[in-house]
Amino acid sequence: MTKWQIFKNGVFNENPTFRMVLGMCPTLAVTTAVVNGLGMGLATTLVLVGSNVIIALLRHLIPKEIRIPAYIVVIATFTTIIDKTMAATTPDLHGVLGIFIPLIVVNCIVLARAEAFASKHNVLDSTFDGLGMGIGFTLALTLLSFIREVVGTGTLLEATDFGFEGFHLFSDELGVKLLILPPGAFITLGLLLAGINWYVARKEEKAHE
Amino acid sequence: MNEYVLIVLSAIFINNFIVARFLGICPFLGVSKQVETATGMGMAVTFVMALASGITYWLQKVLVKFDIEFLRTITFILVIAVLVQFVEMVIKKSSPVLYQALGIYLPLITTNCAVLGVTILNVDENYNFLQSVVNGIGGALGFSLLLILFAGIRERLAFAPLPKAMEGIPIALITAGLISMAFLGFSGFDLAALLGL
Repeated sequence: MTKWQIFKNGVFNENPTFRMVLGMCPTLAVTTAVVNGLGMGLATTLVLVGSNVIIALLRHLIPKEIRIPAYIVVIATFTTIIDKTMAATTPDLHGVLGIFIPLIVVNCIVLARAEAFASKHNVLDSTFDGLGMGIGFTLALTLLSFIREVVGTGTLLEATDFGFEGFHLFSDELGVKLLILPPGAFITLGLLLAGINWYVARKEEKAHE
Repeated sequence: MNEYVLIVLSAIFINNFIVARFLGICPFLGVSKQVETATGMGMAVTFVMALASGITYWLQKVLVKFDIEFLRTITFILVIAVLVQFVEMVIKKSSPVLYQALGIYLPLITTNCAVLGVTILNVDENYNFLQSVVNGIGGALGFSLLLILFAGIRERLAFAPLPKAMEGIPIALITAGLISMAFLGFSGFDLAALLGL
């Protein structure tokens, strides 16, 4: 596989959220606003790339029996780095994402890529795999949070950390509040997944004809 | 005493781990296909969450003492991983029947974000030892309740005529959304006032 194919695989064919249905907790919890979804996605991407690179580097050194604890230590290290960096640079975002930043350590996407890809491929391939999966995750979170923020509150891209008030598309009163509440997360993601399933099935059907 | 009742009740109904805090969604969607396995998973998680809450309380004390709190994530996850292994060994020795029933679900608990989540929440909320353990048990009971409820629904859902694209995870998520809406009703209760706190 070329580097581009590895990258594309993560973003589309094996998209961690829409195709593999991994890492559901942050996906549902933080996608109330685009900035939160984007921030969570990028933080996870950095951890994914970092852990993929280190695990690919150490893949011949880590004994098979204790590989999972070893991977978890590597992932936890990168999670802590991101956690502390965000607390210092983007305190508001860090506050909103709350415990979901340290919880990147138990995000199944990161451990799954370490086990399924980084432990079997070289450093460069693993970097692209981490990037692809991370960007795929970020895109999914951004799409979900875009729908929830716009329909739920009528604003777009409200970002206090960067002194940006966002666009006010329509009055707050017209927003469907349910979408930014917990039930809205489940229902929006459920409908999105169903839509994507339908689209993929139709595409496959056309390819067969 | 009422204080602990409040922690348990709010962890189960108001801040339910699954439908309000979004912790432990993976096992919720993955394991909850049969009532029996959901019950087994719930029991295992309750045990581990109560133990983890207690142990990480003292661990946090140690981290604060040596001024190395930045190591919290890494130490907590390692302790949980060791704990799960240990619990697995003990159950295997002491009660082979229970071990058979829980079998494959035990090792999966390490990556259940509800376990690491509750330990971090306990630290954030500044709970004391007993409050931490009670919060761990309450959170786990809320998790188990949802897991079992949802398994019952999904057993019937399996026979429902659905559009192909909605089968599996999409309809499970929408069902979870409806349950979540029902639980939203509990957030109106002022439990603290009801218990006279």
